[in-house]
Order: sequence, then C-alpha cells, then structure tokens
Amino acid sequence: MSQDNAAREGHWAKTRTLTFGVLIVWFIFSFVVHWFAQSLNEMSFLGFPLGYYMAVQGSLAVFVLLIVFSNWRQDAIDHEFGFGEDE
Amino acid sequence: MIEGKFVDNLPKVYGLYTGGFIAFILLMAILEQMGVSAETIGILFVLFTIFIYAAIGWLSRTMQVSAYYVAGREVPALFNGMATGADWMSGASFVALAGGVYFGGHGYLAFVVGWTGGYVLVASLMAPYLRKFGCYTVPDFIGTRYGGNLARFCAVIVLVVASFTYVTAQINATGTIASRALEIPFEVGVWFGLLGILLCSMLGGMRAVTWTQVAQYIVLIIAYLTPVIWMSNKQGFGLIPHFSYGDAVARIAELETVHGVGTAATESFPRLKILTTLHNDPGTGMAAWKFVTLAFCMMTGTASLPHILMRYFTTPTVNAARKSVAWSLFFIFLLYFTAPALATLTKLQVLDPNLATGIIGKAFADVQALDWVQKWSSVGFLAISDSNGDGLLQINEFFMRPDIVVLATPEIAGLPYVISGLVAAGGMAAAMSTADGLLLAIANALSHDLYYKIIDPKADSRVRLIVARVLLIVIGAAGAGVASLKLTGILGAVAWAFCFAASGLFFPLVLGVWWKRATRQGAIAGMAGGFLAGTFYLYYVYTGGTPILGIDHLRFGIVGMPVSLILMIVVSLMTPEPDAETQDMIDRTRIPTGKPILSEEH
Repeated sequence: MSQDNAAREGHWAKTRTLTFGVLIVWFIFSFVVHWFAQSLNEMSFLGFPLGYYMAVQGSLAVFVLLIVFSNWRQDAIDHEFGFGEDE
Repeated sequence: MIEGKFVDNLPKVYGLYTGGFIAFILLMAILEQMGVSAETIGILFVLFTIFIYAAIGWLSRTMQVSAYYVAGREVPALFNGMATGADWMSGASFVALAGGVYFGGHGYLAFVVGWTGGYVLVASLMAPYLRKFGCYTVPDFIGTRYGGNLARFCAVIVLVVASFTYVTAQINATGTIASRALEIPFEVGVWFGLLGILLCSMLGGMRAVTWTQVAQYIVLIIAYLTPVIWMSNKQGFGLIPHFSYGDAVARIAELETVHGVGTAATESFPRLKILTTLHNDPGTGMAAWKFVTLAFCMMTGTASLPHILMRYFTTPTVNAARKSVAWSLFFIFLLYFTAPALATLTKLQVLDPNLATGIIGKAFADVQALDWVQKWSSVGFLAISDSNGDGLLQINEFFMRPDIVVLATPEIAGLPYVISGLVAAGGMAAAMSTADGLLLAIANALSHDLYYKIIDPKADSRVRLIVARVLLIVIGAAGAGVASLKLTGILGAVAWAFCFAASGLFFPLVLGVWWKRATRQGAIAGMAGGFLAGTFYLYYVYTGGTPILGIDHLRFGIVGMPVSLILMIVVSLMTPEPDAETQDMIDRTRIPTGKPILSEEH
C-alpha cells in the first residue's frame, strides 16, 4: 500500500507540473497575445497581419496541438507509474 | 440494429450516411435544374434531415439506466468528439458567429478564441477526472465529492439556470430556421423545432442523442464549408481559402477608407445595423481588456457547462475521454477557423465594386432590383434607403440583421439555391443538437440528482426513466414557451449561460479534484456566492447600471468567479478538513486506472 501511495504521489506531482505548464502556454495564447494584437498587426504572417492571424487561426491551432501534446505527455506519466490503461 | 454490432461498425455506418447525404444534395441540385422551386427544395432539406435524426433516435431507444444516462459508456473517442462538436456548436455558432465577426470586427473574435481555448481547461482540469469518477451528471460529482444533499442541490440549481437560459436561445434558433424554410409562423416553428428535438432524445436518452449528434455534425460541417469553399473559388482565393484570405483582409481595409466605414447612418430601422466597425482594428487599453475578459468568461464557461462535460462521461476509458477532448476541439476548430474566412469573403463580395456581386457604391435602383435584397427586405431582415438621394448606395445606407450573414451568403454570392437549402439544414442541425444536449442535461440532473438521489432513493429504474422522460417533455415545452416570447437575442442569451455556469460551477468542479482541502461548506459557499454575485451584477447592468471597468452583461462571470473562488477558499479553511475517506476518494480520482468511484449502476 505504501508503495502504491508513493506511486500515486509521484504520478500526481508530475501530472501537476504538466498541467501547470499547459496552463502557462494556454494563458499566453489566450490573453497575452491578444492583449498586444495592435502591435502584432505591424508584422505580417502568411499575408495576414499577425495580431489578426492569431485571433482567427493561430491561437486556435495552438490549443488543438496543446491538448494533443498534453495527452501524449500524460500517457507517458501514467505508464511510468504503472497507471496506464491498456487498450 | 444490434448495439454491439453497431458500435463496431461506426465508420462504415457513418461513411454510408455521409455518402447518402451527399447523394441527397446532388439530387436536390438536379431537381433545381429541372425547375423545382426554391421553397420546395428548402422544405425537402429540412424535413429529410429531421426524418433521419428521428429514425436514429427511434433505433437507439433504451430502458437501461446506464444507456439512458451515459450511452452505456461505449462511445469511441473520435465519434464522441464529433458528437461534442455538434453538442457544442449551437445555432449561435452556426448562424450568428460569422455575422458577429462581419459587424463586430476584432472585438468579436474574442468569442472565437474563447470558445476554443476553453477546451484546454476541459482537457487538463476536468474531463479525465470526471470520467474516472463515473458520475452520470455534473451535480452527481459535486454531491459525491463534497457529500450532502445541499451541495448537490446547489449544483442542480446552477445547472438548470445556465442550461435553461441557453436552451431557449437554441429553440428560438430552430424556430427561426424552421419558420423560414417551411414558411410557417415563428410561433409554430418553435413547437415544430421542439418536436424534432424531442424525437431525437426522448426514447434513447444519451445514447440516442450521441448517435444523432454525430449525424448532425456531419450535416452542419458540410453545410458550413461548402459555401465558403465555393465562394473562395469564384473569387480566386483557391480551393481552401483559410490560408490565403490575408489579401482579402488587406483589400477590405482599402475599401473601408474608400467607402468611409464608420460614418453614422442618418436613418434607422429596428434591429437592423449598418457596418461601422473596421474589420481589423484591435485597439489597445479598454478594447484589449474587453477582448480578454470576454474570452476568459467564454473559456471558463466552456469548462463548466454540464451539457459539454457530460459528453466525456460516455467514453469507455479515461484515456479515451482525454483523446476525445482533442478530437472535439479539432472538429470545432474546423468550423471556427472558417467563420472569420466566411465573414471576410462575404464582406468583400458586398464592398468590392470590382466584383459583380458588389453593391456598395453601385446605382441604388440596380441594388434594389437584386433578388436577395428583395427577398430579405420583404421579411424585414434587411433594408436599403437612399438617405442622401444621390442615386448610389452608400455604406451607411445598407442595413442588415447581423445574424442573417451566414444564411444569406449563398444568395449574396450568387450560388445556386441548393446551397441555401443545405445551409438551412446545417443551421437546423446545429441548433437541434445543442438543444438536445442541454435538455438532456437539465432533465437528467432533475431526474437523477433531484428525484432519485434526494427525493426517492428507492425508486426502481423503470420509474426513474419514466420520470426522466416526462421531465424532458415538460422542460422542452417550458423552453419553447419562453422562446416564443422572443425575450432575448440569440447571442446575449448564450453569453449569459456561460457566465452563469462559470460563476457557480467552475471553482467547485476544479478544486473538487485539485484541492483536497476543499470542504462541503466551502463548495456550497462558492456555488451560491458566485452564482448570486454574478446574477446580482447582471441585474444591475441590465437594468441600466453603469458597467464597472467595462464589465457589461456579456461578461458578468468576471464578477461571479472571484467571489466564488474567495468564498470557497475562506470557508473551506474555516471548516474541518474532509475526512480520510473523502481524501482517499480524491486520490483515486486522480489516477486513470482502477474502479470508478461510483459504481456502474448507481
């Protein structure tokens, strides 16, 4: 049981770190980038003003990739501590 | 249709279904060429698709509790993603979003960012843990994690208020589309829409809603992408316009100067607007603050809305729930990154005098003679008026209801009527699927949490499922009754639902998993305090109070959420920490393997 507890604690510590990291990236692309949209519009990306591009596509694509990445890392953490689901 | 076989054959079944739907579109196109009237095609589109959904609803009927509440927990991640996409994308997303971007410019894109970014929160904070918990409803989690009927009851109240606000907007949207396509009065259209919605959900609960939502996603995404891609090819932006419409954005900026966008109108028409906001002008300071606060409310609302969270209770495993969030966002992304493209290309069609479709700056009499202008004017959704009498149509002489942009785009761009019929069917699918999810969330919370868990815990499963269905009809009828009063616009009601859910449920849900120290009393204080603070603030600004720091009625979650968080932390720390049993329950919730906290039939 104590071994199981240690595994749980290790698993949760890593899960927490991963989640924290994910939320930082989320915060940047949800708020920081759009706060500076006016300045970013001075730059151009794929023919779009960058600030505009981030609001119509850039942030959205980052969110999709962020979830995929986080699922992949979480899977690795689950397996590392023996909590992987075998499908 | 045998259930086991059906789940194994999903790709084949829905592949055939998609092929059949495309064949139906082609058949309609042929009928149009043969001279069948536009009205008939519109009616056929709406009736045919509703008939298919009703048939799926009938085939998925069930008398099993776990099939009724969580579709037997056997929905694969990809298909659950599609169902969530349909569940999520409402009449507002389908009908009003592009119109909002068309008229609201950059500020409106906060909805686009908010309604996608929320899924990051769903994936990392909520979905896998709620799935592991094994609950049937969101209040089921609150009630079990914190214990006691009062906590469960508070969650039911917040859920009902948020979802009911939202569902009236959806029934309103089905009524609008049905009344336009079938040419019946709006009040009749509302009840017709409700009938279609109930046909999908009543007999089979979550199982039926899941399989109709997958079918509805396929219809709505085809209906949304087809006109944009068609239009893009006509205008020379290539097969997939999404990566190449930057030029259109630049061209619109030039035309805005030429046409003098921003000039106020000298006349006014009720509920119609002229274009005054620049297409791409994000601004700083207050404008940036409004953008981020709106995006924040929409994101936290996404992660608290029970009809979305409950979709992730239907996957076979925790891992599948996580994957399913990724698929959901991908399917939602397909529509949301198309909406601004649609708004941009449609605007260019209207503004650019070099295009055959351009109307601004053209002779007033010519514009007045256009079919689509006449058609939408006749129902009061559009108006043109030569205010300055110069014989030309100026930007401030063209009035339009924002939410017709998507529905009118095929006609503005001169696409065949079959596309308009398709778009009507898509809008109907979007509104119906969301209404279904919401009605089910409300009825399930009342039948499972209020009736079974609080009022009569000895009720047998037959009685429970009958109660659930009666509630579904009663709530649907109440929603249709409110919708036929036309109290709020589609968009306002939707934003309110998000703010209600975020104010009352976000922190109790998140901290229930992430903070062991959170207690029952803390959660109750957080739910009641956040919800009431948000509601009072909404009442204050809606009855004419000056918004503090620009926090208006669309973003009152910004007020409710901090109140909820602070109360929850302070009250939790003042009360004794949860017992060892609860702490162990939270530990088990945090790992994906092992038995769910709640048993399969509870």
